[in-house]
Amino acid sequence: MREYDTIIIGGGPAGLAAAVEIYNEGVTDILILERDIQLGGILQQCIHNGFGLHEFKEELTGPEYAQRFIDKVEELKIPYKINTMVLDITKEKEIHIMNSEDGYQILKAKTIVLAMGCRERTAGAISLPGTRPVGIITAGTAQYYLNMKGYLVGKKVFILGSGDIGLIMARRMTLEGATVLGVAEILPYSGGLTRNIVQCLHDFDIPLYLSHTVAKVKGKDRVEGLTLMEVDENRKPIKGTEQEFEVDALLLSVGLIPDNELSESADIDIHRRTNGPIVNEKMETNVEGIFACGNVLHVHDLVDFVSAESRRAGRGVVRYLNGEKTLSKGVETVNGQGVSYVVPQKLHVDQIEGKFAEVFLRTTDVYHDAKIVIKLDGKEIKTFKRPHLAPAEMEHLKINKELIDIDYGQLSVEVVEKEAN
Amino acid sequence: MLDVIVIGTGISGSFVARELAKFDLNVMVLEKNNDISNETTMANSAIIHSGYDPVPGTNKAKYNVEGSRMYEQVCKELECEYKRVGSLTVAVDDEQVQTLYELEKRSVINDVPVSILTRDEALAMEPNLADATKAVLLAESAAIIYPWEVAIALMENAMDNGVTLKLNQEVIGIKKLDSGYKVITTNESFEAKLVINCAGVFADKIHNMIAKKTFEITPRRGQYFVLDTTVGNLVNHVIFPCPSTKGKGVLVTPTTHGNLLVGPTSEVIADKNGIQTTMDGLQYVREHANTIVKNIPYHKVIRSFAGLRPSSDLHDFIIEEAKDAKGFIDVAGIESPGLASAPAIAKEVIRLVKSRIELVNKVKFNPNRKAYTTFAHLNLEEKKEIIKKDKMYGQIICRCETVTEGEIVDCIRRNAGATTIKGVKKRVRPGMGRCQGGFCEPLVVEILARELGIDPMEVKYDSVGSNIFVEETKFNQEQIKELKAKGE
Repeated sequence: MREYDTIIIGGGPAGLAAAVEIYNEGVTDILILERDIQLGGILQQCIHNGFGLHEFKEELTGPEYAQRFIDKVEELKIPYKINTMVLDITKEKEIHIMNSEDGYQILKAKTIVLAMGCRERTAGAISLPGTRPVGIITAGTAQYYLNMKGYLVGKKVFILGSGDIGLIMARRMTLEGATVLGVAEILPYSGGLTRNIVQCLHDFDIPLYLSHTVAKVKGKDRVEGLTLMEVDENRKPIKGTEQEFEVDALLLSVGLIPDNELSESADIDIHRRTNGPIVNEKMETNVEGIFACGNVLHVHDLVDFVSAESRRAGRGVVRYLNGEKTLSKGVETVNGQGVSYVVPQKLHVDQIEGKFAEVFLRTTDVYHDAKIVIKLDGKEIKTFKRPHLAPAEMEHLKINKELIDIDYGQLSVEVVEKEAN
Repeated sequence: MLDVIVIGTGISGSFVARELAKFDLNVMVLEKNNDISNETTMANSAIIHSGYDPVPGTNKAKYNVEGSRMYEQVCKELECEYKRVGSLTVAVDDEQVQTLYELEKRSVINDVPVSILTRDEALAMEPNLADATKAVLLAESAAIIYPWEVAIALMENAMDNGVTLKLNQEVIGIKKLDSGYKVITTNESFEAKLVINCAGVFADKIHNMIAKKTFEITPRRGQYFVLDTTVGNLVNHVIFPCPSTKGKGVLVTPTTHGNLLVGPTSEVIADKNGIQTTMDGLQYVREHANTIVKNIPYHKVIRSFAGLRPSSDLHDFIIEEAKDAKGFIDVAGIESPGLASAPAIAKEVIRLVKSRIELVNKVKFNPNRKAYTTFAHLNLEEKKEIIKKDKMYGQIICRCETVTEGEIVDCIRRNAGATTIKGVKKRVRPGMGRCQGGFCEPLVVEILARELGIDPMEVKYDSVGSNIFVEETKFNQEQIKELKAKGE
């Protein structure tokens, strides 16, 4: 059985960035596996701009951003297979793949990078009440139909959930001639980036209904209408707040779920809150030599951060292949008050590159004039002031690694809001 | 003139059609929907009840016991899933324990073996039974099937043996002829010597077109949750609560495809098309399921749905010729345990048919139907082999359920084949998994368009009028104009 130095599962932004980094660090026996007809992943259908401000200091569309990495992969002649589905991964790092050309194959790898991305939460998963006619569709699938195939799934549209794809699609469908009647969000704050609320809703006079949900979908063959209701603090609809809308499509943007069924088949531990693998500072999972990066690890707002994270995973792969050993036991990062998750979940200080330990986190709520407090085994070691924190906006912290002066223990991250006057 | 018209393609109509196919008859099946088995058979608990609990002496008891004994053989002939997982009826207080002993007595009369297990014995078999469990009644012969798989396979086999199927033919009138009937649909009319009414929740409406009103069908809605295959082994038997006057109650069961099914409610509703789920209904399911099984991981729900049972005001199956319409046979009020009873009901229909027309065995009747090749079930060598033979089996379309293009094409090209997204989903399962078609639906649209020779704009989710797309983008329209201008 042919054994690759590294096999990368997924040819989207995470997989491509990891591949290029691994190559540049001197390991060239790489194979990228992609299930779609081309490399680039979900970026290929994100034809709007706003990508690359951190990575390239310029504003690119999704396909442009992807192309920069695809060009690199082509230039370096990094091998890849498209139209190829990975069916199984084992903890012995055997990868079962198939496509129509090569048939069913089992490949072996010294290291694996998991870069499968995420999928959309569906109407079924949220038990959307009402009938099940055509026209109830996740925003990403509607985006695929519109941008990749050239078809509109509705002309009078409502959007449930204020995730970024929903907001982007509100604008996109309006530009394509559809009427978007509104966006409902069950929480009291938006699930998307502020810039998308402004550029996709406000600029097009599309109302955002916070603390509202779709209580009923109507229609036999096609969606005919829906009932919108306000919800109380327990997210239960409040009687008497019903509003009726006549629509022919309902788009859903109610969350993204890292796609980890393959990871689980390789006995990789999944974090309860991120729904992604538990990783250390090198993005290495509990299974030695298997790394994870991008949206399969935790859902990102900006692809630029995916690229950076994936390069880190790429360097981790090369260091592993070079036989670097971890000496410390590792500090566990934990989410304290006001924090929903912290990535990575483990830090080995002796393995951290450069001066800073970098952690990513999301908060559980919207906070103003707050500070993020870092404690090491209960002792405060650092605070970061933040005028505004929101669950939709991932926070990126750099902690001087000299502050983490223990071999093992707990590093907790919590939000402290300034007392209201 | 046809010999027999069957109205409806649910599990009853499909079994009847296939039984009729065994004789030299000219048989046509009319279905009002755009696919077969699209209503009650599409949305139920998928259980072949053992038959220990219907009241002895009723049609329900008779056909359930007979029918459940026939299933395994039928499923063998048609290569359909049939898993005899057994059922456990859970008593959580002393009164319910008494009920179990009453049921045990009934099982003796119905001639269905059961046994009563202690709490410890039951928990050893099913560790996730509710903490309050006191005793359970085990019926080993209870089984699970994939209901519409069986119905579709029956219809395919019936068509392979000469039966004609017509979709999108809603019956709007029946006229009496000198001999036989004229059945008028929204688009055509057909004449036949005999008519078999297997119209589910609409069976009373069909009956009243030609005969005096003798029964009424009221839909009883049942709402369900489907959970992901990753948690399908929470229980390994069908778990029932102790039955009450309202029916069998909210049950928890594995499915033939490894999902977990939780439900149903039992709501009498007026609307015969009322298949909405409701917040209250699903909450009811949650609360009641938790009384018999603990640790149900509702965050793993991938789908909720509702189905309608056709309950008659006579409270038993109606399988008889209408008194005032010779040769018009009702198969009505087929609520639970209708799925389990269907093979026996079809045999009874044949007896009724035989009293009206002569039946000659079809010499060339072939009882066997080949299953689709389920790629996911093949071993490594078989997988390699089939891809070598047909490249389409090398292309995964649905990754949640591991469905290949080969399977999808097969289910479109067969008799009683799929013509819609939902039709493909029902037959070979792309879109049944956790992503609910988010990834594979666009690919299935393309395959359907190609196989049916239609434009993607014409591809339907389900019914006529459920086209996936409502408009092409300006860019697409421009391209088409350009092509037309070039004369292509």
